[in-house]
Amino acid sequence: MYTTILEPKMVKDEKSTVTETPETKTKIHVENLNLFYGEKQALFDVSIDIKEKEVTALIGPSGCGKSTFLRTLNRMNDLIEGVKISGKIIIDDENIYESNDVIKLRTKVGMVFQKPNLFPMSIYDNVAYGPRMQGIKNKAILNEIVENSLRGAAIWDEVQDRLKSSALGLSGGQQQRVCIARAIAMKPDVILMDEPTSALDPISTLKIEELIAAMKKDYTIVIVTHNMQQAARVSDKTAFFLNGEIIEFDETSKIFSMPSDQRTEDYVTGRFG
Amino acid sequence: MRKLKDLILLGLLWFAAFLTVAVLVTIVGFIFYKGIGLISFDFIFGDYSPSGGGGIWPMVVTTIYTIVISLLIATPIGILAAVYLQEYAKQGRMVRIIRFATESLTGIPSIIYGLFGAVFFVTTLKLGMSIIAASLTLTIIILPVIIRTTEESLKTVPQSYREGSLALGTTKLQTLYKVILPSAMPGILSGIILSMGRIIGESAAIFLTAGTVAAMPESIFSSARTLTVHSYLVTQEAGDIELAAAIGIILIAIILILNFSATWISKKLNKADY
Ligand SMILES: Nc1ncnc2c1ncn2[C@@H]1O[C@H](COP(=O)(O)OP(=O)(O)O)[C@@H](O)[C@H]1O
Ligand SMILES: [Mg+2]
Repeated sequence: MYTTILEPKMVKDEKSTVTETPETKTKIHVENLNLFYGEKQALFDVSIDIKEKEVTALIGPSGCGKSTFLRTLNRMNDLIEGVKISGKIIIDDENIYESNDVIKLRTKVGMVFQKPNLFPMSIYDNVAYGPRMQGIKNKAILNEIVENSLRGAAIWDEVQDRLKSSALGLSGGQQQRVCIARAIAMKPDVILMDEPTSALDPISTLKIEELIAAMKKDYTIVIVTHNMQQAARVSDKTAFFLNGEIIEFDETSKIFSMPSDQRTEDYVTGRFG
Repeated sequence: MRKLKDLILLGLLWFAAFLTVAVLVTIVGFIFYKGIGLISFDFIFGDYSPSGGGGIWPMVVTTIYTIVISLLIATPIGILAAVYLQEYAKQGRMVRIIRFATESLTGIPSIIYGLFGAVFFVTTLKLGMSIIAASLTLTIIILPVIIRTTEESLKTVPQSYREGSLALGTTKLQTLYKVILPSAMPGILSGIILSMGRIIGESAAIFLTAGTVAAMPESIFSSARTLTVHSYLVTQEAGDIELAAAIGIILIAIILILNFSATWISKKLNKADY
C-alpha cells in the first residue's frame, strides 16, 4: 500500500520549517510526504512540524490537498484503494507508516468530519461507542467517560436529560459537538478536524470555535478550514496549501498580516480561491 | 395550464393507487369469501384424510419446515456473500462477474431450479424426494435474492458511518457488526421477507424435489407436500375452489406471522447489548 523512504532527502523548502521555541514540543513531524491517488499526485514533498497543544490551521483553495493531508495523519487514506504514500510522519517518536497498529494510532489521533456523522443510536451509545469497542464494559466507567466527554465538548447541559434518545434528533451544531465528544471519549492526544463548521449556521460555528479554543489546553488540534476568519480566530499556526504543496507555514498572525510569499498574500487577501 | 396538468397527473396517480388497492382487496376478499367457511380448528390442526373432510396440518408443518430450513441456510450464506462482495472484495472484474451471475440467477424460472434439484439433490446426493432436497433447492432459488437485497442495503449505509467508526480506532469487523449491519438491517430484512414470499409461492420446484406425499413428514428426509402444492393439486384434481381458498387464507396468515416475527427478531438484534 505505501512505501516509506527511510533516507529522507534534504528539506529543500526552507519556508516550510518553523523555528523551534524551547517550550513547545513537536507532536507531529512530517517530512517529505508525497501521496498519490493511483497515478495522480495529490501531495508534494510536504514537510511540517505540528506543535503539541497548539491549534494548527490548514488553509488553501479547495482541491489543494488539505483533507488528503489531514487524513494521512490518522491513516484514513488507507481505506482508499490505490493510494501510495512516501515520506515520514512521526508522532511521538514513532513513524506511523512503519507501525502496523492503525488501531492504536486512531485512538491517539481522533477525527471530526466535515458533516456530523453520528451513528443512528442514542447520544449515550454514540459517545460510549469507541470506549466499548476498546473493551470497556463497566457501566460506571462508561457513564463517567460519556459525561466527561460531553462536558468536554460543551454539550452536556443541552443533552444530559436525553442521553438515551436518538442522536440524529439533535440539531446539526449539537450533532457536531457530540461528534467532538465521541472523539474526546477515546482520550486522544491529537484531534483532526476537517472543516467541522462548514455545514453549520453562524451561531453553532461560533460555539465550536469557542470549544476549540478551550480544548487547546488538552489537545493538539489540526483543523482544515476554508474560512480564513476562522483560521485567524482559532489557530496559533497556519499552513497555506496550494496544489498539494505547503507554500507557507508560520504563526497565524504573521500569515494574515505579513506573509512572506506572494501567493499566500493573494489568497489571504481574497484575490483568488 | 400547469395547474391542469398537475391535476391530471394527480388524478392518474390516485387512479393507479386506487386500482392497486382495489385489485388486492378483491383478491383477498374473494379468497376469504370462498374459503372462510372451511376454516376451523380441525381444518388447520387436523390430520389429512384422503377421502376428504380432513385437515391440512401435515402441509402446514411441511410448509414451515421448508421455509425455516431454506432461510436458515440461505440467510447466513447470502449475508456473508454480500458482505464479502460489498465490503471486502477488491472491486474488479471478478466481483462484476459474480454480481452479473447472481443477477441472472434471479431471473431463471424456478422449474429449472426444480429440475436441477431433482437431478442433483434428489438423485446424485441420494436425498430422495424429501423436505431437505426441496429446502436445498429453495436455498439456491432465494440465495441471489438475499445477496442482492443485502448488497443494495449495504450500499445505502453512508460511507461516513464507516469512516466515523474506523476513525475511532475500531476494526473493520467491529465496524461491520456494530454500525454497518445494524444500519443495513431493514434492507436485509426485506430481502428475507421477499424470500419467504418466493418460497411460499413456489410450487413447481417443490413438487419436483419434495414430491406430493400428503402425510405428516416423519423427518426432514421424508417426502411431503407443502400447502401451495396441495392447493395446486386440489384445484387441479378436484376443482375444489373452496378448499384452495381456505388454504390461501392459511398461507396469508403464515406469511403475516413470519413477517412480524422477522421484524421482531431484527429489532431484537438491533437492540442487542454491546
Ligand atoms: N479518493 C480520491 N481519489 C482520487 N483523487 C482524490 C481522492 N480524494 C481527493 N482526490 C484529489 O486530490 C486532490 C486533493 O483533494 P482534497 O484533499 O480533498 O482537497 P481539499 O480538502 O483541499 O479540498 C484533489 O485534486 C482531489 O480531486
Ligand atoms: Mg476537503
